[in-house]
Parts: sequence; C-alpha cells; structure tokens
Amino acid sequence: MSVTFLGMPADRPFPRNAARALRDSQLRFNLRKATRTIRARRASVVAEAPDWAELREAGRTIKEHTLRNLDRYLVQLEEAVTAAGGHVHWAADAAEANGIVAALVKATGETEVVKVKSMATQEIGLNEALLEHGITAYETDLAELIVQLGDDRPSHILVPAIHRNRAEIREIFAEHMSGWGRPAPEDLTDDPAELAEAARLHLRERFLKTKVAISGANFAIAETGTMVVLESEGNGRMCLTLPRTLISVVGIEKVLPTWRDLEVFLQLLPRSSTGERMNPYTSSWTGAAEGQEFHLVLLDNGRTGVLADEVGRQALRCIRCSACLNVCPVYERAGGHAYGSVYPGPIGAILTPQLRGMGSELDRSLPYASSLCGACYEVCPVAIDIPSVLLDLRARARHPWPERAGMAAAGWVFERSGRLARLQRAGGRLRRLVPRRLPGPLGGWTDTRDLPEVPEESFRAWWDRTDGGRR
Amino acid sequence: MRVALFVTCVNDTLFPDTGRAVVRLLRRLGVEADFPRAQTCCGQMHANTGYRDEAVRLARRSVAALRGYDAVVVPSGSCAAMIREQYPKLAGSSGPFADAVAQVVPKTYELTEFLVDVLGVTDVGAYFPHRVTYHPTCHSLRGIHLGDRPLTLLRQVKGLELVPLPGAEECCGFGGTFALKNADVSAAMCADKVRAVLDTGAEVLCAADNSCLMHIGGMLGRQKSGVRVTHLAEILCSTETAGAR
Repeated sequence: MSVTFLGMPADRPFPRNAARALRDSQLRFNLRKATRTIRARRASVVAEAPDWAELREAGRTIKEHTLRNLDRYLVQLEEAVTAAGGHVHWAADAAEANGIVAALVKATGETEVVKVKSMATQEIGLNEALLEHGITAYETDLAELIVQLGDDRPSHILVPAIHRNRAEIREIFAEHMSGWGRPAPEDLTDDPAELAEAARLHLRERFLKTKVAISGANFAIAETGTMVVLESEGNGRMCLTLPRTLISVVGIEKVLPTWRDLEVFLQLLPRSSTGERMNPYTSSWTGAAEGQEFHLVLLDNGRTGVLADEVGRQALRCIRCSACLNVCPVYERAGGHAYGSVYPGPIGAILTPQLRGMGSELDRSLPYASSLCGACYEVCPVAIDIPSVLLDLRARARHPWPERAGMAAAGWVFERSGRLARLQRAGGRLRRLVPRRLPGPLGGWTDTRDLPEVPEESFRAWWDRTDGGRR
Repeated sequence: MRVALFVTCVNDTLFPDTGRAVVRLLRRLGVEADFPRAQTCCGQMHANTGYRDEAVRLARRSVAALRGYDAVVVPSGSCAAMIREQYPKLAGSSGPFADAVAQVVPKTYELTEFLVDVLGVTDVGAYFPHRVTYHPTCHSLRGIHLGDRPLTLLRQVKGLELVPLPGAEECCGFGGTFALKNADVSAAMCADKVRAVLDTGAEVLCAADNSCLMHIGGMLGRQKSGVRVTHLAEILCSTETAGAR
C-alpha cells in the first residue's frame, strides 16, 4: 500500500459525501441534538475554570516541547517500559502494526480479543486485519459496540455512534447481539437504562472469558513508562485488568515527559471532550502487572512526515478531545462519515490530508471542508490553529483549471485599479443582463440565493464624480 | 490625523452605499477620510482559496497604497482580519514588504474600532426607527475580536429597537469560495441563520461585513421574507434629516 491507511475508504470528494448526509433528515436531527448538547456542556465547565487560558497555554507548550524532542522521549519511554517488564515494538505503518499485534495474539494461542476504545487501532484497521488471521476483536466501549454490531463506521472521535439515536440502537441490539454473544432481552425497549443493561450483560460475559486485550492510550509518560487511559464506562478498566495479555497500540505523539505534565491534561481533556470536570475512570499502568504480559506497539503511520512540516506539525498536539467537531458548523451538517477517515471534523480536515497525502479527490477536498469560521481554534485545548493549517494545505493543493482561470482573471483585474474601474463601469452598464441563475459551479450560489444587484455606479466612480461627496 | 478609507473591493463594486455612508459618517464626526485610488482588493479570496502568490501580490499593492496614513479604516471585519492576521504571515520576517506590513497593521481599524477606540465615540448621532438585529460575523467576532463595540454603537441610535439574534456566534456559511465549493453545506448553514433572523421579528439584519450579508440577504430575498440586510455603517450614517444614501 503506497498511501497511509486511515481506516476508511476514500473514494468520493467531501462535498458529494456531505450532500448525501444532508438529505438524511434523521441524521441531521441526531447530529444537531448531540453536538449542541455536548457543546453547551463543554462551554459551561470551561467557563467555570478561572485558569483555562493558562491551562491551554501550558498544554500547548508541553506538547510543542515534547514533539521537538520526540526522539529523546520515545527512547526514554522504551527504556522505562522495558525496565518495568513490558515489551516495546516499533511500527512504521498500519501494516507493520497490524502484523505485530496479530503475531502477538497468535503466540498466546487465543482467537478472541477484547478491545478498549482506541483511535489508533481504528486508524490502522486492526479489527479487519486480525480477522484475516482468524482472530475476532470485540469492541467493549458502548458506542464502539453499537458501531460494530451495526456493521457501521465510527462518525465521531469521542462518540463513534453519534449518528444513531436510541431507537436505532435498540434495533441494532435486538437484531445483532445474538450473532456476537449473549443476545439482547426479547422485550428490549429504547429506554437508555435498558439499552445500557443489555450491553452490560452482553459485555460482562465477554470480559470474563477473554484472555487477550488490546488498547490504545491517551498518554504515555516517558519518565516512568506509564500508560494512561481516560474513559467513562469502566469497560476499559475491565479490559486492562482482567486478561492475561495486554497489547497497547499508541501513536508516537502521545508521549508526555513527566507525571507533572499529565496534571495539565487531566484537566484539559475531560472538560473539552465530554464536558465533565473529571472523567469517571482514569487507569494507569507501568509495564507488566503481576501475572500479566504487556506489549507496547509504538505507531508512526505518517506522523514523522507531519512532524517535518513547520505549519502542519501542530496537528500532532491533538489529544483527540473532539471539541472542534462538536463546535464545527460543517461537521454538524455533514456528519463524520463525509470525511472518509476515522478522524472527522476540523482536526480530520487537517490531519487526514497530512497523514494520507492529497492524492485522492477526497483528500484534496478536505482542506476546503471549512468556512474558516474559527470556532475550532477557539475551543481547542492545545491551541491548534486549524484555520491556518487549512490555508497552508489549500496553498499546496492542486486546483481545478476553471478555478485557476477564474482566480488568475480576478488577480489580473485587481493588479491595476484602472482595470477594476473599467470592469465596474461595464458591470454598471450591463447590470440588467445578469441572469437569475448562473451556470456551472457558480450555480451553487444561485440555486438557493439571489445575487446582489449590481449598482449603476461603483464607490470609486462616485468618489471621482463628487470628489468624495464634497461636490 | 491622516485617515485612509480602505473600502474593500466588495463594497467598492457591489455596495457603494456602504462606502458613501462611511465617508459621510466620518465627515459628520469631523474626520475627512482620503480614498487612496490605487487600492483594489486585500487578497483574501486568493489567500483563503489557496492562491498564495496572487494573495502576496495583492497584499503588496494594498500596503503600498495604505502606508503613510495615521489610520486605515476598513468597513469589513473580514478584510480587516486579512490585513491584521494574514499579512504578517504572507510578508515573512524581514524585507521591504515586511516593513510596510509592520507599518500598516497596527494602524488598521475596522470601522467600529475606529469609532469607539480612536475617536472615542459611542453616540454617533444616528436615527434609525426600525427593529434591528445584529449578526457578529466570524472574522469580526473571532478574528479581530470586535466584542460589543457594534452593539454599543447600535444601542445609542435613536429610534432603533435592537433585538438579540439567537445563535448569533454561529457561522452563516458564507466563507468566500466555500459557498461555491461546498454549496450544499453552505446553504444548510445559511438556512439555519435565516430561520434565526426571522424568529427575531426584525425588519433589518445588520453586520460589519457585506459579504456575509450578501449571502444571508441572498437567501432572505429568495424566500421573499421582507427582511432587508444593511451594513452597520449605513445605520450609523442615517439621521432624521438624511438617509444613508
């Protein structure tokens, strides 16, 4: 495979994917309701933190420093994990990471694994890769379970099933749970407590009999070799503690130098992601626990390429909180699947084209999937200037020829004020001839909006005629 | 004080009433603005669509036309943000272009900043007997942080009933070429903004950017809603004896 794999097919450009999502009124309703709820919750818990600006600056600085010295901290992390009885593996891309994990699982003799919610393993398509080796991976995060049972794809970083409402979830449970393990109760309704109980019983059985677990990590602390996972349900902790073998696939940008640095992120992440002051479960482990084997797979998969880019590298500061998704007006209408990557929304629009390149039509369209409204930058807990990175990517994108011609013509006119004045005079004379509907790509405007009326006289002509209104 | 009006290409070409309103409003407040004839476009459309070379050429032209003034007044939050935020990045750290940018940037004010911060005026003596709502455009809100300057000015306008716009801080979906490249998403965002405007019962929607107003107004017009859009400057210019024109 020549391009970096990001867990999703990338065939159609963003505007076409978005148009399809916009026609789905149920999806629009679900997304609007969910993003607005989380958005409001985040806003209220951020507003109550008096030192939020300082925390955000600290988060940015720590990440920037770590990325600048990543070579050093990664080696320190490896040494600390090894000293604590863990095994460290290095994976350059998705195929290598999947191969390492598959070999480790096979060595245990098991054919089933439980999984903690993890973006890195979604990114490399681990579940599908394991299946090719005859290994079944069971998702244990409630939302990931909904996605897996529904043979669906995640559409949000934090809430992968955000596009589903509870009636749809009831249907998925009733229909598909039996194929994966303990079936849903016959009389299951769409009451949230009943749905959660059905998932709890289904998963509990799985936790007790599975011997291998796979996780990611929110943070990996170099000084001690400690992995940290933040979660809401406790299912992650079941996976991290019960099985005999634990394999963690972690992106190389997840390193933090010290425990002290973690303090900043334990405040930034829950408030930005779920809109909570503190997340319900924080699990940390250092190397192998007694009676357990621990493997850490450090994943590059395009990250060092991003790190080499002066503007784009700030995307590696991302802590996957999804605040930018929840506040994005484009994500709210288009939904996560339109981005064709496990990283949707504003962060996906800058991360995906950098990791995967801009070879496909979809990846070239992603930097344009933004009105540059700036809401994402404002809420980002590590101050990633997403609009600036989008502009940088746009400057590097290959542009379609009609657009190039239009932009060159506009540039030519603006090059001399006399040219602009002549065009304005011509526009004033021909103003009655402007059609109500424009042809080609310009029709995107006139399909739903009237054009402004062209004035008889431009401002410039008025100024000349009246000496700025003094005559 | 030598004041230059950077009217912006959109106002110059499509909304000359706004430019005239700024000239008359400033004259009423004792400021004779100059209109440097060489100005054309700040280059935002090129920069935001990924045409950096053309954007740099237009930025060079603009700062050449505007340097030497004590203040540059821009009746557009978006173009003011382009000059203040993007010009320094386009110009780099040294050279004559960077020097010119460093001269112009701190003297560039969006209209309401110039009125409130430089002239120290909040009551401009305007009269506008209508029910009005205000949309803070993204670049004026999150780009140059206009804050409540526009509302402070509007509250002092005689006869004007100011009604709050629900979800005001949300983007209208214009985004320059975004409106064409992602026409469906843009229209969906605009439809929600239009709904919010209609819910206020306002007769007039105003903002500090005619480009966003052209977008929202285009849909209000297509829907025959009867709500009209007006640049803030035209409201502030209106008096009991004279309209904005």
